[in-house]
Amino acid sequence: MIWNESKECMSRDEMQALQSKRLVKAVNRVYHNVEYYRKKMQAVGVEPGDIRGIEDITKLPYTTKDDLRDTYPFGLFAAPRSEIVRVHASSGTTGKATVVGYTRKDIDIWSECVARCLSGAGVTNQDTIQIAYGYGLFTGGLGAHYGAENLGATVVPQSTGNTKKLITMMKDFGVTALACTPSYLLHIAETLEESGDIGNVQLKSAICGAEPWTEQMRLQVEEKLGINAFDIYGLSEIMGPGVACDCIYHKGLHVQEDHFYPEIVSADTLAPVADGETGELVFTTLTKEGIPLIRYRTKDLTSISREKCECGRTTARISRFKGRSDDMLIIRGVNVFPSQIEAALLEMGGTTPYYMMIVDRVNNLDTLEVQVEVEERFFSDEIRELENLTKKIAHVIQQAIGLAVKVKLVEPHSLERSMGKAVHVIDKRKLV
Amino acid sequence: MYIKQLSIFIENKAGRLEDMLGILKDNGINLVSLSLADTSDYGVLRLLVSDPENGKAALKAAGVSCKTTDVLAVKLAHKVGQLQELLEVICKAGINIEYMYALATGKDDASIVIKPSDIARAEELLKEAGVEFVTQEELANI
Repeated sequence: MIWNESKECMSRDEMQALQSKRLVKAVNRVYHNVEYYRKKMQAVGVEPGDIRGIEDITKLPYTTKDDLRDTYPFGLFAAPRSEIVRVHASSGTTGKATVVGYTRKDIDIWSECVARCLSGAGVTNQDTIQIAYGYGLFTGGLGAHYGAENLGATVVPQSTGNTKKLITMMKDFGVTALACTPSYLLHIAETLEESGDIGNVQLKSAICGAEPWTEQMRLQVEEKLGINAFDIYGLSEIMGPGVACDCIYHKGLHVQEDHFYPEIVSADTLAPVADGETGELVFTTLTKEGIPLIRYRTKDLTSISREKCECGRTTARISRFKGRSDDMLIIRGVNVFPSQIEAALLEMGGTTPYYMMIVDRVNNLDTLEVQVEVEERFFSDEIRELENLTKKIAHVIQQAIGLAVKVKLVEPHSLERSMGKAVHVIDKRKLV
Repeated sequence: MYIKQLSIFIENKAGRLEDMLGILKDNGINLVSLSLADTSDYGVLRLLVSDPENGKAALKAAGVSCKTTDVLAVKLAHKVGQLQELLEVICKAGINIEYMYALATGKDDASIVIKPSDIARAEELLKEAGVEFVTQEELANI
């Protein structure tokens, strides 16, 4: 089902005209309301008058996570605080969170986008949907929740953590749709399989995001549970979940293009690449009031197609993600940069000991082990002291990234050194 | 009389203990006694050797995390209750034993290596109790 045919099935010309009109407005908004953006534009000699249509977008400077960090917490907000009705935040690279704000209209548009995605996944007001994303500063829980309510589905705000309870309610409430991370879906599927409960649930579809997963994983879970599984994409900087989602044909994720203008650029030269070619995904928010972002570099690598989809939608589709142009990892839905681990280890005093992050997936749940070389200054001949050291390192890392980690002490020089740029991550998960 | 113990950080994986001992062997260092405290991931190898300083230098040159620690090596007679009586002296003073292990000197006594939480005070108390210590020189000549 198509939630908003007038927007999702617009002709390419109409879409371009709408995007042009909205871009001009968005550029004016940030230029006049956000000093940081005004200065950025002045630095490259661009004025709002230079932007007359979507084709002029390449004249505008890029925005990155660093810009959000530099203006922490509210420096990029383009609406007065009286109009901001909600904030969300995600972990940043140096411990500082990336903060985003929403006006009431932003929340409405977000709910509209999520409703479109859920409709594409076959969810209607006849369905009961469990939202098993974390509720809180993370956009996943509340974002999916508002969208599902907007759609008129019966929403079970499950949140995460208690799989047994989730399954009991899934059975008792006749839950037909589930929104969660892909790894959690696999975990739920295995739990259902083990208890022989697959036949006792009425689940029809799962809408999964916030984490990379493979087509193989998607097909595997579809088969195991006898459901349709969909890939939903979003990032808090742009809005949250619902920026894009695939439809029943699974031939790329439909971007809510009337609100978020996608570009694909070379991660090295930042020059635009042709449709179908892989590059870094860049988004410009066209209607956002709270924190509009111009040409925000997502660092996600993908390609784009503007061909009409078999489902009838004309919106641009982005392919399954092919990785990142930076070193960010997504572990249990949490964004983690090696630099955060490095900064945390620095708190141990002196210089950073050599370390390696080992990311793996055990029973469909991500695990993070940090191996730290025990230099002489950390070494004690008492096990108790070494255990305290392990705990202390685990604590500072957990404080920095918000994820529990296993710390393993290893001998000096035992971790592999690479030639050139230091490699601090071994990702054993097969996600791309 | 303190003696120097050589302590080495060692990962709990095949071959590492042998590698460490190989370094000492190549440098002509004799092992007198050892204890290995282990966890699932790593262990601490504690050694009494003929020449702790040179042993440490050789291990450091090989990039190993090691250090020397002052410990007490106490001579005990082969008699029932000897160790208990000795520990009583230390424990009554509120001193904790961080770790201990046996030391075979090849003579007709049973020696024990102790790392007390307060080594100076422990030594003082044991001296008062008339206990005899093994010296670094004795270790070098075993």
